[in-house]
Amino acid sequence: MAMSVPAVAAPTERWSGIAARLRWLDARYLQIGFLGSFLLFGALLRDFALRPEQVALTFAAALTTQWLGARLLGLPGHSLLSAAVTSLGLSILVRADSLWVHPLVAVIAIGAKFVIRINGKHLYNPANLGAMAALLLLPGAWVSPGQWGNDMLLALWVAAFGITVSTSARRFDIAWAFLAIYVGLLCLRIEYLGARWAVLENQLSSGALILFTFFMITDPMTTPNHRLMRWLYAAIVAVGAFVWTYVFFQTNGLIWALFLATPLVPLLDRLMPAAKFQWRAASSDYRARNDSRSSSNQTASIPL
Amino acid sequence: MLKRTLAAAALAAAPLSLAVAPEAYAFCGFYVGKADTSLFNEASQVILARDGRRTTLSMMNDYKGELTDFALVVPVPVVLRRNDVKVIEKKTFDRLDAYSAPRLAEYFDDDPCNPRPLPAPMAGTTRGAERRRSADALGVKVEDSFSVGEYDIVILSAAESDGLETWLRRNGYRIPSGAAPALRPYILQGMKFFVARVNLREQAKTGSRFLRPLQFTFDSEKFMLPMRLGMINAQGPQDLIVYVLTRDGRVESANYRTVKLPANMTLPTYLRDGKQFTDFYKTMFDQQARREDYKAVFTEYFWDMSWCDPCAADPLSREELLAAGVTWLPAEPTAAPVPGRRPVTPGGAVPVMLTRLHLRYTPDSFPEDLAFLETKDRQNFQARYVLQHPWRGSADKCQAAAQYLTRLRQRQESEARALANLTGWDINDIRQRQSRAPVVTPR
Repeated sequence: MAMSVPAVAAPTERWSGIAARLRWLDARYLQIGFLGSFLLFGALLRDFALRPEQVALTFAAALTTQWLGARLLGLPGHSLLSAAVTSLGLSILVRADSLWVHPLVAVIAIGAKFVIRINGKHLYNPANLGAMAALLLLPGAWVSPGQWGNDMLLALWVAAFGITVSTSARRFDIAWAFLAIYVGLLCLRIEYLGARWAVLENQLSSGALILFTFFMITDPMTTPNHRLMRWLYAAIVAVGAFVWTYVFFQTNGLIWALFLATPLVPLLDRLMPAAKFQWRAASSDYRARNDSRSSSNQTASIPL
Repeated sequence: MLKRTLAAAALAAAPLSLAVAPEAYAFCGFYVGKADTSLFNEASQVILARDGRRTTLSMMNDYKGELTDFALVVPVPVVLRRNDVKVIEKKTFDRLDAYSAPRLAEYFDDDPCNPRPLPAPMAGTTRGAERRRSADALGVKVEDSFSVGEYDIVILSAAESDGLETWLRRNGYRIPSGAAPALRPYILQGMKFFVARVNLREQAKTGSRFLRPLQFTFDSEKFMLPMRLGMINAQGPQDLIVYVLTRDGRVESANYRTVKLPANMTLPTYLRDGKQFTDFYKTMFDQQARREDYKAVFTEYFWDMSWCDPCAADPLSREELLAAGVTWLPAEPTAAPVPGRRPVTPGGAVPVMLTRLHLRYTPDSFPEDLAFLETKDRQNFQARYVLQHPWRGSADKCQAAAQYLTRLRQRQESEARALANLTGWDINDIRQRQSRAPVVTPR
């Protein structure tokens, strides 16, 4: 018995130590881990129509554009991490029947971060803009909202992980606000139509919804700075996506709604100003990270 | 290397029989009987031609009950008028089926002792008034009524589902129990109801026992199939084959996962004989559908119909495409090529994409109506399987022959494994049949 106490306590301490380190690690590392495993799952077990070369080209183009953009504009603090996250997001979302589409989408997505800027913030979420470019402009490119299948277990797993990541970003409020309103609307529709609740299960177990909720609308750089305005923004996107899908009967409602609502962000920032979000400084010194714990507003993430 | 595609006609019928599900009430409407006659709607096939908002939906059924008992109820987004509804010939479905059916291609190994230069690879072969009186009280409005061919059709709008169910019953359409809750979502979404039954006098004039497919055209944003209504009395999995004709690219489901069937593998040559390929395809599809828990939509075929070289089956003629509901054909068959597109070939090529989707579903596995989206994907796909006939000769003939025979044994083993994996058949049984496969010589 006496032996078992330290045997149990030691791993616990070790785990809490790891957890503490993880919490203070740039949240984008967690995102990369999460999105990477999501992409692998899709490619290996869900026959995503995606070629490895397309992923490689997306990364090459996104990282190069990010590096060049930051250098040319002399912008500080623009790490390649965001570009890697965007690359993963685009690989998961965009499908193409050629090799040139993915890198071009990546260049457009990342390039817009340096070109379309208002009040020192880039306007569009890069992955959202990239997906829209693929949908609207490029031949042989498309988005497959049904590609995930409806495996509830997977969805829960993904959601749990997603919550972890966005919680560490301290900007999870927008995810919850969005999810509450969007799911609320779906429930009201089902109740109104007298449809079966299995319909809701089918709609909620979509990987696309979870990915959007935890990795796209939660992007701190492209959402309003003030909490109330973020909630309002989440409501606008949720209602927009619902109307797009169930009133206009169009596809890819989430992506369209976010894209169309994005120009409202500077307006909402003007209505209720708040401090702009800062990515954690890329310091490798763990102590320095511990020292910055007080500035909770700075830990953060989610630029898919 | 010599190769040949087996006559498509012999195999084209195969997938049709696959769609046969016993006791199936299927697709986007329900078939109802006045008497307690058993009704069968075995092979549900739908052609969906869509360009922009313009949608033409053709439905073929394999109704086997008494003609007096036939009734079809389909939710439609808008009120249809006489000119929007047509009766088409079954052969339109047969042509699309033959053109897009899963195929078996066969090749022959050369004599290893007498090699010859490989030829340049060919482009793949893969490729009425009383009604109105009572109607008001029930909240049902007869928007229009007319006859088309052997069908008497009414277009209804309804305020509530119980009223609609009562109206249908009073007017002699026997609705399966539990219809009202299934009708409700469609009423609340503002949809109308296309209701057809057989006019026996007109039917007799056609001289056929079969009911011809119904086709209607409408403009709507909704790119979907109201398949839920057909599930009211469903027992066990049902099959549905949807031929989607579009202008730009492959069509997939927007709310369910779309999966390409495993294809293009080399399989044991004994599948060539008799019904073996049909059995293989049925079993393989069954296996795949089960693996996906009946929750997936399978792509069996996608082809840009503006070209094929060579074509696995005769491409559909302009008239056949028009009959299938393609409304966007250029004005003249010999019209000048559209700039930026491939030159139109003399074969009557047209800007039409054909996607063939095959679903096996249960009421639980497809809780919502099937919604579609058109992608910009133009990568052709065909459920095509290959037979590679061995060279029949002696190992003594030359040194290359001995090596060839060693490689052949390895190849045949992997063919057997591929077949066992796809179908779940016993590998030893496959090997046995494989060893007894008759010799086929190149024609």
